[in-house]
Amino acid sequence: MHLPPNERMTVTRHLRRVPAGVGRTLAVATIAVLLASCGGPFPQSALEPASDFAVLLDDLFRGIFFWAVIVFVLVEGALLVAIFRFRDREGRRRPRAVHGNTLLEISWTLAPALVLVLIAVPTFRAIWSVDRPTTDPDALVVEAIGHQWWWEFRYPELGVVTANEMHVPVGRTIDVRLTSADVIHSFWFPRAGGKRDVIPGRENHLWFRMDSTGVFYGQCAEFCGLSHALMKMEMVSETPEEFAAWVEAQRRPAFGTEPPAPPATSAEATDDADGDAAPGGGQESPPPAGAEADTGGVWLTPEQRRIVEAGQQAFLSSGCIACHRVAGTPAAAGVLGPDLTHVGSRRTIAAGILENTPENMAAWLRDPAAVKPGVLMPALDLDEETIRALTAWLDILE
Amino acid sequence: MAATEAAAHGGAGARATAGKTYGGGVLSWLTTVDHKRIGIMYAVFAFFFFLVGGLEALLIRLQLGSPESTLIDPDLYNQLFTMHGTTMVFLAIMPLSAAFFNFLVPLQIGARDVAFPRLNAFSLWVFVLGALFLNASFLFGGAPDAGWFGYANLTSTQYSPGMRIDFWVLGLQILGVSSIAAALNFIVTIINLRAPGMSLMRMPLFTWMTLVTSFLLILAFPAITVGLVLLMFDRTFGTSFFNPAAGGDVLLWQHLFWIFGHPEVYILLLPSLGIVSEVIPTFSRKPLFGYPFVVYSGILIAFLGFGVWAHHMFSVGLGPIANTVFSATTMLIAIPTGVKIFNWIATMWGGSLRFRTPLYFAVGFIAMFIIGGLSGVMHSSAASDLQQTDTYFVVAHIHYVLFGGVIFALFAGIYYWFPKMTGRMLGEGIGKAHFWLMLVAFNLTFFPQHYLGLHGMPRRTFTYQAGLGFEAMNLMSTVGSLLLGFSILVFLWNVIRSLRKGEPAPRDPWGGATLEWTIDSPPPHFNFRRAPQVHSRDPLWVEGGLDVDVNDPAAPEPHMPSPSLWPLVVAVGIVTAATGALTTSLAVALAGVAVILVSIYGWAFQPLER
Repeated sequence: MHLPPNERMTVTRHLRRVPAGVGRTLAVATIAVLLASCGGPFPQSALEPASDFAVLLDDLFRGIFFWAVIVFVLVEGALLVAIFRFRDREGRRRPRAVHGNTLLEISWTLAPALVLVLIAVPTFRAIWSVDRPTTDPDALVVEAIGHQWWWEFRYPELGVVTANEMHVPVGRTIDVRLTSADVIHSFWFPRAGGKRDVIPGRENHLWFRMDSTGVFYGQCAEFCGLSHALMKMEMVSETPEEFAAWVEAQRRPAFGTEPPAPPATSAEATDDADGDAAPGGGQESPPPAGAEADTGGVWLTPEQRRIVEAGQQAFLSSGCIACHRVAGTPAAAGVLGPDLTHVGSRRTIAAGILENTPENMAAWLRDPAAVKPGVLMPALDLDEETIRALTAWLDILE
Repeated sequence: MAATEAAAHGGAGARATAGKTYGGGVLSWLTTVDHKRIGIMYAVFAFFFFLVGGLEALLIRLQLGSPESTLIDPDLYNQLFTMHGTTMVFLAIMPLSAAFFNFLVPLQIGARDVAFPRLNAFSLWVFVLGALFLNASFLFGGAPDAGWFGYANLTSTQYSPGMRIDFWVLGLQILGVSSIAAALNFIVTIINLRAPGMSLMRMPLFTWMTLVTSFLLILAFPAITVGLVLLMFDRTFGTSFFNPAAGGDVLLWQHLFWIFGHPEVYILLLPSLGIVSEVIPTFSRKPLFGYPFVVYSGILIAFLGFGVWAHHMFSVGLGPIANTVFSATTMLIAIPTGVKIFNWIATMWGGSLRFRTPLYFAVGFIAMFIIGGLSGVMHSSAASDLQQTDTYFVVAHIHYVLFGGVIFALFAGIYYWFPKMTGRMLGEGIGKAHFWLMLVAFNLTFFPQHYLGLHGMPRRTFTYQAGLGFEAMNLMSTVGSLLLGFSILVFLWNVIRSLRKGEPAPRDPWGGATLEWTIDSPPPHFNFRRAPQVHSRDPLWVEGGLDVDVNDPAAPEPHMPSPSLWPLVVAVGIVTAATGALTTSLAVALAGVAVILVSIYGWAFQPLER
């Protein structure tokens, strides 16, 4: 017979009993209130899917979450009932020594197994859908190459190379091929779907079809060294027409790399020079007196032109070309750093960290490691005048 | 009173009746082979490193308290998160579990000591010196900074020059020696030294889980040892196992690491499942419900644990077949885990629950572990996991399992067995305050991290930009972590207060069922004057369950093995050799090897008993 001996307990002080659930209830309520009060917006959220891939994963997650909530309520509920109902009270009889019950054991082995089947079936379906290469013959191939700590994007079918800012046409399958130039990274645009590791010595695949236009945020999800946190990227999902225009612009050689074109009409200039990117306030139409058109389609005053050309000279002579490419300038053919042919057209610099403004570009040129610790790009020890000229030149590379 | 006096020495109080048990100076602690003293030293050192790892976590949380904070630079941050993970896994939770193995297993099976007492001391000293070696990196050019998982090829000399990764590679190998020696010791102890009548299916659950954990250790550690040796060869001798440019494979490391790494999770978890399976029956005053099912489910979890490693690699692109198989095996683990939870609840059901502090922590463990288990099922789905892996969602998950789970259970164990270890009761009021504070702070810290992850915040990032919606929840998490740190101070205060003037503990303060409660608190150095004869799974609860007076004063005092300094000297030799490897100094390495050889010789020829 079982004798949980009462006399053993008399030694310990009999303590005030705090209802066990009160604090927990309070804690849960507090957390719920706090969470509700710190809602978004969450522009990088996996819970706001914007592609077929992301929607599929979100549906799967919500299905699993539903079962998780049911199990949570049932099991935590049983725990709470046990705590309150079977608490030791004055006059409670000694509990009966029950050693087990095979039927119960079988049922609570089978019940979770059934729930798991309900989770496993859609899981396996999803795996076989997302883990195989796309069969869409119209898929647009984008090669994404991970570098410490930036992203290179190549469109082999379109002859476009860019960095940290990926443009995609909405509604078309994007077949992303992932390789790494150094260590393991992970490609992740939460609103476009799940992540896929970018592994040196292998090519990985990921495909999705964006279902809305806009700018989407992503970042490296595998720890890749000192500035892993600063390895971000953006994806511009746009209409097929906008995308075609972007491709067209990206394929054009950059400013100052071709013989000057004949002066454009003011209408063309308006189309081409989209605004505020020219240094020192490149002009929109009509062109000011004395300005001349250049290949970028940007109107410059002679003074601005002088600065930009000085910038180009500095670019070619300060070591930049060892790592950076600017299409159309044969000397600038470096491959270690981002292709800068159209750097002026990008929304951000330094892999999504800084808005692309002349001030930020100047700060970056002054000391890249201050913006991105450990970055391979050295501080070139440039004087302020050269930095201004370089900034002007890079800015006009639309 | 003698107790106060003894307690004031060395912080490990003794009861007057226990006499000379914990007496003696520093040398007696350095040379001891007594499993109880070794257990206490394991506990003290492990708790020290728990505080170190906790401080590292607090620095991490302070940095993340606000966006684009410059409080901690990325170089230090990466060292901190690497060392936080490494420290908590290898230097805090594993040795805290080892503290319980050491102190309790011989008592629970009615033995004088473990099978190999000197090997036991050796395990302790290798752990202590290995831990110091690993942390010495902070003073010599920086701590390891490639994550506790150390993914190749970031760990190559090209991307991680300097000694940081070498400290990690060598430190983990040293700690592996300690773990394997201890595991072999406990397997032999449990299989061979059980009291007469204690069949395997009468063993206390904690001893069972110790046995299962020990098998996990000896089977899992070789995988990481192989990985570490290959990495050491890559770094030191220029081989190319993990160098893709020369035909090596970076994924080889991931497979080797996680074939170790997932069983390692169960190495961390199973002792806690054992502790909870002891605490709940005692305070429910009812035997464990479904004992064989709880035992078998523990074995099954350990077995399945070897077949799930690639669920850490779902985003690697292993292909649909591998991802389907590893999803399925991972989901299977939910079944035995659920069986354990249901049996614990069924144990309480119909019981008469006495809510002392250990039960608070055990129930807190179940409540939090359910959440960690459910989020685990969420990313057992390989597809769903593509959004969750490497985000704060997983950070939340592992902390619900390893903090809400394991740490709560270890505190349950500390409150439960502290009286046995020290002869003093811990304060109940402070204990409950500690529990509530820790429960609230824990949830405040980690619950928002589920949302952070789902909203797109990756792990292992030293900062985040404003405007992504991460600010408020990170701040909550940081506030929670500070509160969590405070709750640990409350516990420390409880310990200090109790060692100074705590209520003396009787032999059996809780009405437990197992053999450790038959002898004095703290136990005499020989444990049992007469070997117990056991007739039941709950020998103290069943009439005739134990028919020997284990404290019979008429029985002669059992002979005990004599102290030895050699285990410590061997450990010093191992760390010296590692230092030679670290600095590529052949002379130092050879000196270390010489010390090892001489001290093993000395060890082998030193008589066991004086």
